[in-house]
Amino acid sequence: MTSQPTRVRSRTGGTAAGGGDGTTPRLRRGWPAAAVLVALAAVPVLPLHLPVVFTGPLDSPGVLHLLSLMCVMAAVAVTYDLLFGFTGLLSFGHGLYVALGMYTTAVVLNATDLGLVAALGAVVLVGLVVPLVLGAVCLRVSGIAFAMVTLAFAQAGAIFVIRDPFDLTGGELGLVLDYRKLPVWLVGVFNAEYRYWLALALLVVVVAAVRWALASRPGRVWLAIRDNEQRVAVLGLRPYTFKLLAFVLSSVLASLAGAVYALVVGGAHAEVIQPTFTLGLLVMVVLGGSGRAYGALVGGLVYTYLEHRLGDLSGSVQELPAVLRAPLMEPLLLLGVLFVLLVLFLPGGLVSVAGRGQPDPAGRIRAALRRWRAR
Amino acid sequence: MSTFVLMTVTGLGLAALYFLVASGLSLVFGLMHVLNFAHGAFLTLGGYTAWLVTDASGSFPLGVVAGMAVAAGLGALTETGLLRRMHGDHVPQVLLTVGLLLAFTALVRAAFGSDLRPLAVPDWLVRVTHLAGAPVPNSRFLLIGVAVAVYLAMAAFLSRTRYGLIVRAGVENRAMVTALGIDVRRAFTLVFAIGAALAALAGALVAAVNGAVSPEQGLTLLIFAFIVVIIGGLGSFHGSALAAVLVGLLQQYANFYAAVGSGDLIVVLLLAGVLLTRPQGLLGRSLA
Repeated sequence: MTSQPTRVRSRTGGTAAGGGDGTTPRLRRGWPAAAVLVALAAVPVLPLHLPVVFTGPLDSPGVLHLLSLMCVMAAVAVTYDLLFGFTGLLSFGHGLYVALGMYTTAVVLNATDLGLVAALGAVVLVGLVVPLVLGAVCLRVSGIAFAMVTLAFAQAGAIFVIRDPFDLTGGELGLVLDYRKLPVWLVGVFNAEYRYWLALALLVVVVAAVRWALASRPGRVWLAIRDNEQRVAVLGLRPYTFKLLAFVLSSVLASLAGAVYALVVGGAHAEVIQPTFTLGLLVMVVLGGSGRAYGALVGGLVYTYLEHRLGDLSGSVQELPAVLRAPLMEPLLLLGVLFVLLVLFLPGGLVSVAGRGQPDPAGRIRAALRRWRAR
Repeated sequence: MSTFVLMTVTGLGLAALYFLVASGLSLVFGLMHVLNFAHGAFLTLGGYTAWLVTDASGSFPLGVVAGMAVAAGLGALTETGLLRRMHGDHVPQVLLTVGLLLAFTALVRAAFGSDLRPLAVPDWLVRVTHLAGAPVPNSRFLLIGVAVAVYLAMAAFLSRTRYGLIVRAGVENRAMVTALGIDVRRAFTLVFAIGAALAALAGALVAAVNGAVSPEQGLTLLIFAFIVVIIGGLGSFHGSALAAVLVGLLQQYANFYAAVGSGDLIVVLLLAGVLLTRPQGLLGRSLA
């Protein structure tokens, strides 16, 4: 929200960065990211046991499933941040496009004999056309009104999915993928590592695509629109076209993530189209740091991890009184409070604490508290 | 004919709920430019307070009043304690209210569980009255009566009182009002508290109509209230009333005469139509 475009440019390191700025050799800057990636890809073959962090060894199906969910949600958060953090579009309907990917995958797989590749092709096609039409309408208004309109369309989608007028989406129960029509390597508890690799590949593709887009010419315009839309218009560019471009790109990537999500959880369910899902995305992005390199990625990973593990973690502490335990079993309570505190005291999110240039996180929090009292 | 009367009265009852939620949202937005998601929390708060107080005292009206009072107090506290500190930053303010809604809903779920909690309402509320041959539940008349009373009271407040004048002037041009030496912030707190109380009233009435309270009831109603606010025009009090009647009736007729669920979709289509032809809403001036 407040970071300058220059900051983003200077951090576009990593293997997938489009243009380097020439001050550092690109290969050397790519090393840490490549090392992390290799380590992550090797997780399914490591019989490592991290006691409190995970329930079992790293290569067990349960842990791999959680890691897959974390990757998928982080990918969705990155696509959301493209809209919110980098283009300045606050959408409350992003879940609609994730659901679009999930349900298209499930319907095409189950209802036809075309197979997985055709299903993914359908996801891309539907994921391009629907946001193009809806975005063209939503972007007629801007700011808060845009947020409310996207919310309304997502709600229409939710009603469509749950009421199921054409007997397509399975209503509240959702759809279960027909395992006979899936490739063998994606089926069954013991193939969890392939689903994990798929989710990791999705995350890499989405992060690479978003960074490439942000480094491109339209990407500069998006940042400019976020900072001052009027000025972009005065300079002779049509903000509407560029915003629509960002909307469609972000949505089609979200649909792709939805397709992988459907493969990871083995079906499509109506939860992703509920307003709370998109609000969760917003929390992820702000938690990590919106409009910052790696912010949404970190936020998505941390949020999804906490959402799934907070309940277990609080259950593992035996002497906890019931008054404390009940709220801890509701991850959204803690995440909501954490979110409010971050908005108030640390608008830059988690990555702003770890980032270079702010060596003293405690000092930053003290400074924020001083500003708070002064108001 | 009797079905049509029943549908009309039920539709108006729905419109009454939308109006109660939307009018507060619209005023808060018009004055402070805050899209207030915490409105949903006040709605849930109203429902649960009404349920608790009714259970303890046996009097439903007392429960409603208690819900409104608690929500108004908490609303004023939210505005002075949290929102005011980020004055002027609209997006962080929206984020803040989103966080409050999520945390509050989760808190209610942690404290009372996610199941429906039955609410004991007075007998006369569940009985029906025959109107032109149609058996209409009395609760719908209550909704309509309350909404009309609130509409008249708010209209009088806005046009006849000094604070109403400040609020209307603030919606029109906040900078000018401040420049004239009037402390708009007190009007902010007042409007926020009134909005919260109206949301709580709606929450208690929804609980009475459904005969139960649930943690998620706030969000569903909130979304349709958003739609009503946009169709009516952001910041326009009378626009909210007009749009609420339009949306409530349309939704009810379509759900009954076409297919179940089609009414909700038609409302979204209506929203799209309004945006394409008149982006500022029916009675709105211009969008922020």
